[in-house]
Amino acid sequence: MKAMLTGFVAIILIAVAANFALERAGFASADVNSGEAVRLD
Amino acid sequence: MLRVALALILSLSLGIMAQAQETPDRSATGGAQTLEDILARQQGQSIDDSFRRDDVGDPGRAAGAMNQLGTLGGLSDPEVWRAVRYGSAEVKVSSGGEVASVLMQDGGMKWLAWRDGPLRTYGGWFLIGTLAALLVFYLLRGKIMIDEPMTGRTVTRFKAFERFGHWLLAGSFILLGLTGLLILFGRIFIAPYFGKEANATLLEVSKWVHNNVAWAFIAGLVMIFVMWVVHNIPNRTDLVWLRQFGGIIGKAHPPAKKFNAGQKVIFWSVIVFGGSIAVSGVSLLFPYELPLFAKTFTVLNDMGIPGLIGLEQLPTELSPQEEMQFAQGWHAIMAFVLMAIILAHIYIGSVGMEGAYDAMGSGEVDEAWAHQHHSIWLDEMKEADASAPKEATPAE
Repeated sequence: MKAMLTGFVAIILIAVAANFALERAGFASADVNSGEAVRLD
Repeated sequence: MLRVALALILSLSLGIMAQAQETPDRSATGGAQTLEDILARQQGQSIDDSFRRDDVGDPGRAAGAMNQLGTLGGLSDPEVWRAVRYGSAEVKVSSGGEVASVLMQDGGMKWLAWRDGPLRTYGGWFLIGTLAALLVFYLLRGKIMIDEPMTGRTVTRFKAFERFGHWLLAGSFILLGLTGLLILFGRIFIAPYFGKEANATLLEVSKWVHNNVAWAFIAGLVMIFVMWVVHNIPNRTDLVWLRQFGGIIGKAHPPAKKFNAGQKVIFWSVIVFGGSIAVSGVSLLFPYELPLFAKTFTVLNDMGIPGLIGLEQLPTELSPQEEMQFAQGWHAIMAFVLMAIILAHIYIGSVGMEGAYDAMGSGEVDEAWAHQHHSIWLDEMKEADASAPKEATPAE
């Protein structure tokens, strides 16, 4: 049971960390599809 | 030599005649599409649209740039729009690269129609059918009980880190499966009954969960592969197990090592289907960065696989958007197959078999259970235990 709960906690931690990392990786549509001459916001 | 030449000319002329016969008469429309063409297209029939697709003008015939008709480079407006329509126009964009240069992408409609139609229908019924089959099986077979009396002695079936890896994969897969189903079915099952606002909120949450929990699934997949691949290599005991239907049907209890043939099927399904879902998922997470299908289709065409199963050659020139559409389609198909397999796995690991859950719950199983389902493995464990130095502390 402890291993199961640890696994579930790990899922949450990985998800939060992934979100944090991906936001900074610059792959959001706004980052990919905008440039100096194109503003999306 | 003359005979060969004659045969060649004859076959060529016959071919041309046959082609001429197949081409519909479009003289009434001056070569443009006819009502029959439009109706056939609307009915989703496969039509030869080369008379439009290729009719995009010839810049070689262009009037001079200063000429009254020279501004379009020798092309008429309909020709320019046909080229735009079929993706062969030379489009220059200041931002967005190759993706933004596709102005009209009719693959999008095919993908949408397929996603909203066959994918939802067949995928949904496939899962419902799997659940119904499991229910029928439970009613007919009941719970698979342990025949021998419980010994009270337990043996460690899975260590803590094995169970951690399993639940990392299982928990993430359930989350991904549920959010994937919400994304696919929300519009028809949530929005009409709970409102579009509720559906939109659910979609937003589902998207966040699906995109970010994916990494936990990939980590779990790698963990279980590394931990268990050695125990899942097929061997001769699997044939005995399969011949006796693993004791799932009938009363026999075929011997098995750590994993029986049924579990090996689950393991390899998870690795192959899960791996395929992960790869296509990563391609979808980074849109247009990791296209997979044009190359895959080229390899499959070269191997002659489409021909073997009676299909035409697969397309090898795909727009960036089509790459994403194929990735999404494949991702969903693989996910439906794996969800069905995992439903059966969850059934047998919980209500379907007495004592099975303990293996992944506490990690400890009764020797009677181990003897009934994994007799060779139990003997190996006992042998290892007997040969271990007595002063050694047993693992917890």
